[in-house]
Amino acid sequence: MTIRHHLSDQLLMAYAAGQLPEAFNLVVATHVSLCDDCRARAASFDTVGGALLEEAEEIAMGEDALSRALARIETLPQATRSAPIMPTGIFPGPLAGYVGGDLSAVRWRRVGGGVKQAILPTGKDASARLLFIPAGKAVPDHGHRGMELTLVLQGAFADANDEFGRGDIEIAGEDLEHTPVALSGQDCICLAATDAPLRFRGLIPRLAQPLLRI
Amino acid sequence: MTEQDGRPLPVGVPGGFGMRQLREGSLAKAVDETDWAGLLLRVRDHQDRAAFAALFRHFAPRVKAFLMKSGAGATLAEECAQDVMATLWQKAHLFDPSRASVATWVYTIARNRRIDALRKSRRAEPEDLDWGPEPEPDQAEVLEAQQETERLGRALSALPGPQRTLIERAFYGDLSHSEIAAETGLPLGTIKSRIRLALDKLRQQMT
Repeated sequence: MTIRHHLSDQLLMAYAAGQLPEAFNLVVATHVSLCDDCRARAASFDTVGGALLEEAEEIAMGEDALSRALARIETLPQATRSAPIMPTGIFPGPLAGYVGGDLSAVRWRRVGGGVKQAILPTGKDASARLLFIPAGKAVPDHGHRGMELTLVLQGAFADANDEFGRGDIEIAGEDLEHTPVALSGQDCICLAATDAPLRFRGLIPRLAQPLLRI
Repeated sequence: MTEQDGRPLPVGVPGGFGMRQLREGSLAKAVDETDWAGLLLRVRDHQDRAAFAALFRHFAPRVKAFLMKSGAGATLAEECAQDVMATLWQKAHLFDPSRASVATWVYTIARNRRIDALRKSRRAEPEDLDWGPEPEPDQAEVLEAQQETERLGRALSALPGPQRTLIERAFYGDLSHSEIAAETGLPLGTIKSRIRLALDKLRQQMT
């Protein structure tokens, strides 16, 4: 698998800083699970956090803080190293955690034109959803008020600019009006997150928007 | 701690990291108080409370400051800093000194604790690769990983004030994610390359 479209440094740094909305965290963690390059870049931003912590001024702890921490340790269960779960389906670990399983566990809702979606439970500052686009079909034409991340999990889609296959991430800003079309051959499944409601250009999708919660 | 309960410091596994000091000095001076990785390995391998106390003295006040700068009140920050340090003990068996410095590791625990406490939301973590600590990590790699933070700290201090402030604000949560500028001016390329090489090595071992 060759991933051609990666996360931006800006997103990776915001992830390392712990400043992303939960829905974006999910997309970043899912992509990083598939992409060693972004994993290494994310870890390099973690070291910036480490350096800042090391350099930080100190604020004295309470007098009994150490003994309280030691007492707390006594109450903690002994963590054991569990073997990492290697997902067998198409959802990497973090996504499988949100869905509660792989593809068969998704509760799809039809949104028209054969397109289906499933909203995932995240904080309200951004929303995450799975999208199912039948091979050869288009997602309704839309632009964004904020940022939209789309990660391909199965199949591939293309918009006017480029093609995106499994593991690829598309970062769409406000300026991008696009009509992603699933390539023929295989239905396309994506994880998408956005920090503002999409704005659809057609009247009907706009009317349906509150209903679809996208 | 050790003096109090009258037990000598446990002796580490010969050849392990941090043994440099043990071979040279007396047992009382055995642990270099700033060899954080060596201290954490003593916690990991021997549940060494004296080593934990040294780590606590250094890192807990920094974690507390970090949390307060991120918007936590003093009481919450104190509580969370204790939590973070307790987690450090609990998860010590996952610490691999050839992968990250102790400061970086403490930072990631503190960051996740902050997300729990202040934002009450979950943080999705990448799939864990099967790279728990190696039984005998390459000492050159360990040294490299541990010194990276220090080198980065110096680079951070050398940055022009406004640029440094911007990075701090990004990590303390004063900027929204769309305001964060990724151009840090810090030498992160070498760190990324080191981690990437380690990942490639691991992937080879896994197949």
